[in-house]
Amino acid sequence: MNRRNLVAFIARRLLAAVVMLMIVSVAIFGLLYASPGSAEQVLLAGRVANEETRENIRERYNLDEPLPTQYSLWVKDAVRMDFGESIRTGEPVTTAIKERGRLSLRLGAYGFVVAFVTGIGLGILSAVKNRSGIDRAVVSTSVVGASAPPFVTGVFLLYVFAVLLGWFPAFGQGEGLVDELWHLTLPALTLAFGASALLIRFTRVGMIAALDQDYVTFARARGVPERRVLLGYALRNAMIPVVTASTVLLAAMLTGAVLIEVTFALPGLGALLVDSVAYKDVLMVQGLTMLLAAVAILTNLLTDILYLFADPRIRYTRVTP
Amino acid sequence: MTTVAVPPGVRGRARLLARSPVTVSLSFAFLGILVFLALFGPLVAPNGPRSMDLSTGLTTPNSEFWFGTDDVGRDVFSRTIYGVRYALFGPVLIVVGAFVIGNVLGLAAGYLGGLVDTSVMRWVDLMFALPGLLVTIVLIGVLGASYLLAVVVLIVLTSPFDARIIRGATLEQRSLPYVEAARTIGLPVRAILFRHIFPNVLPIAFANAFLNFAFSLVALSALSFLGLGIGPGSADWGRMLAESRLLLFENPVAALAPGGMIVLTATSMNLIGDWLYDRLADRGRAR
Repeated sequence: MNRRNLVAFIARRLLAAVVMLMIVSVAIFGLLYASPGSAEQVLLAGRVANEETRENIRERYNLDEPLPTQYSLWVKDAVRMDFGESIRTGEPVTTAIKERGRLSLRLGAYGFVVAFVTGIGLGILSAVKNRSGIDRAVVSTSVVGASAPPFVTGVFLLYVFAVLLGWFPAFGQGEGLVDELWHLTLPALTLAFGASALLIRFTRVGMIAALDQDYVTFARARGVPERRVLLGYALRNAMIPVVTASTVLLAAMLTGAVLIEVTFALPGLGALLVDSVAYKDVLMVQGLTMLLAAVAILTNLLTDILYLFADPRIRYTRVTP
Repeated sequence: MTTVAVPPGVRGRARLLARSPVTVSLSFAFLGILVFLALFGPLVAPNGPRSMDLSTGLTTPNSEFWFGTDDVGRDVFSRTIYGVRYALFGPVLIVVGAFVIGNVLGLAAGYLGGLVDTSVMRWVDLMFALPGLLVTIVLIGVLGASYLLAVVVLIVLTSPFDARIIRGATLEQRSLPYVEAARTIGLPVRAILFRHIFPNVLPIAFANAFLNFAFSLVALSALSFLGLGIGPGSADWGRMLAESRLLLFENPVAALAPGGMIVLTATSMNLIGDWLYDRLADRGRAR
């Protein structure tokens, strides 16, 4: 594929992402009307209101406009990152998301790094030691890891490392960077346990297939150092299915993070989503869902592009649908 | 969509290669115990699932209460046994619902091809990219928490796993002589699909049902854990875990027992599903 085709490909994927985001935004806007009761009742959330308050709410959220106008006004605000004020606390949705987002971002990054290193490391190890005791142990652990829901893993880790051994704090967030990371370690390990199980499977299968190829045998015959054969030759090809699987991985990690924040009582975005859902804070739910959708769609876009670089063969074939 | 040969098992769930017969037998034995407890649990459990005894209060495991009691004096052992019913009932509903929808869509997509195939597969791709549980949480939160709604949403989210696998199996069958023969003698499409192809893809659908069961159990428990599924006080494992999570210092078994049951059940269902899949997938192909 030449440069022009590459640009065309990326442009097409970008367009698809924008279309997808628009479809999702209609669904998210619709949440206000999907809730039982009129939009006004939902926004008042059972508060006793006089005529003036009602009037203000109708005005603020354009409830008197026809639906398409309401939607376009909503999108205009959403693009400016304005999702209204939380029904529960009255603070702007965007402010709440920014405040809570830092913790979730740290949890996600910490968990991702641990998952990536252990997942790919153990995947390579068990592929190289195929059918050995180590392989069996790694595979068995990953079966449990893929089956165990994060809230159960979290409770078990809490019991072993916080209650029995007392190595890590059971609750709280800590102060200062080191202490905060210390408090985030058990939640991050919980997140990594499920995610690395997926990574181990994909890496292991990919590596076993790659190590079976002629070019690996030939490289070994040429006397290429084993380290280079593994990491330079085999791993690069084994990574292609891992890149494909990253959408599944992302979905698992997003879901996992929500459950983990509730399990460890961490006030992040996931806990905010669950609280808002329980309180029927539709405006907050809309803001959070839009953020989630944007993250998911962007990651899919990145995966598609990353794919081109992971596997040069794709660049030489026609990618037109 | 880029046209790339995706290795089997990469989209959706990956399956494992190494499995020893011992773990599979243990999984089947565990499934047998679960079914027994679901049917005859009340005869085995020493106490009722909701019988509280505030004078007993919170106790650690002892000879009377094997798993101890929770903060309102309910017997954890009995509640764990009663929990089997919730753990089997909901997921079975979801698995059956997803089985019906997934098989119809998968057969149609695989056999008819063309526009039907494209639209079904686009839908499947979309559903795979969604963080399913989060979608369920949002929908339930907006539409109102109810167990039935949770089951319906999870049926919709689970059926693409069936649809994708059945489509693949149907594609394989379509080119076989017996299908061609059926078409030649002028059988209607419906008869070819359901009376001739379906019995041959059924084993794979059956194996997949176990994998779906594990997914549904985890999803439903997660919803109860978050307080969005079954009502408070029910002897549901997810609920029990949520309610006794804070008792980890006083009676850890109250949280570890239901949690361990979820993991054991999900793991054994996954192992059985994988094992059946490997055994049955080739049988349909050989015909």
